[in-house]
Amino acid sequence: MSTEVVHGGHEHDHHASSDATDVLGFWLYLMTDCVLFATLFATFAVLRHNLYGGVPLKNLIDLWYVFGETAFLLLSNLTYGLGMLALYKGHKTALQNWLILTVILGLGFVVMEVNEFVHFINEGHGPQTSAAMSGFFTLVGTHGLHVSFGIFWMITLIFQVRKFGMNRMMTRRFTYLGLFWNFLDIVWIFVFTIVYLMGVIG
Amino acid sequence: MSHEIETGMGKKTLTGYLLGFILSLIFTVFAFWVVTIQSLNKADMYITVSVLAIAQLIVQVIFFLRLNGSKEGKWNLFSFIFTIFVTFVLVGGSLWIMHNLNYNMMH
Repeated sequence: MSTEVVHGGHEHDHHASSDATDVLGFWLYLMTDCVLFATLFATFAVLRHNLYGGVPLKNLIDLWYVFGETAFLLLSNLTYGLGMLALYKGHKTALQNWLILTVILGLGFVVMEVNEFVHFINEGHGPQTSAAMSGFFTLVGTHGLHVSFGIFWMITLIFQVRKFGMNRMMTRRFTYLGLFWNFLDIVWIFVFTIVYLMGVIG
Repeated sequence: MSHEIETGMGKKTLTGYLLGFILSLIFTVFAFWVVTIQSLNKADMYITVSVLAIAQLIVQVIFFLRLNGSKEGKWNLFSFIFTIFVTFVLVGGSLWIMHNLNYNMMH
């Protein structure tokens, strides 16, 4: 692309590198995603006691299960980071292995979450049963959907790096996905704290 | 040959990742433990898990995202701080308003 021709090597002036600018662009998108989640948290928080005769979330939550989900996601962030380190060193096999491991861990999280949702729905606590459950499913579901998209993106990049090699373009793409993946773990910190832990506290 | 690019974020290191991971794990385990054993009264538990969540946020932002105040990363940091502010207004404002509305409806 033309920007690479213009900016290549001329980093001694006061302009940010083209890469850093592009990363900022992706970062700004991530900030808007943060605001999206803020609205979902606000809605959940406001509606969480509106049970419409249903049972409180406290009765439905299994904290060990949620801890398992949390462990999967946290670990997947570590493995992705180790993949990035392998990318920087040019170790293609290590990179692919860490990425595949990250995908597996991410899938573990999604499978556990889908299972939890199905269980809730079958027990009669679906998203349409009350405002509180609507808030729960929307917030937690949106996060889960983001994770699913991230996994799809990651699988795509695994195939792409096999095809294109570990060049600058792929490094940028892995950087964006890394930020996205980390961001999702950060959002999950607040999901498990506000939805699950505070749900159990009462 | 290094495949690194200039990202505006700090340099990624193995130590950073491991430290970040261990700290996050400790904060997570502690938060789950406090709630599981119902160790404190309600208000204190709320405060404890909130503080732990914010602590873990800071750990992850510094050790995983490598957000710093460097010249290259200024705008990342500024936009992040602004987003935190917007979040506070959104969530805090919603809670405040709805609380007030509930009160006015009931009294």
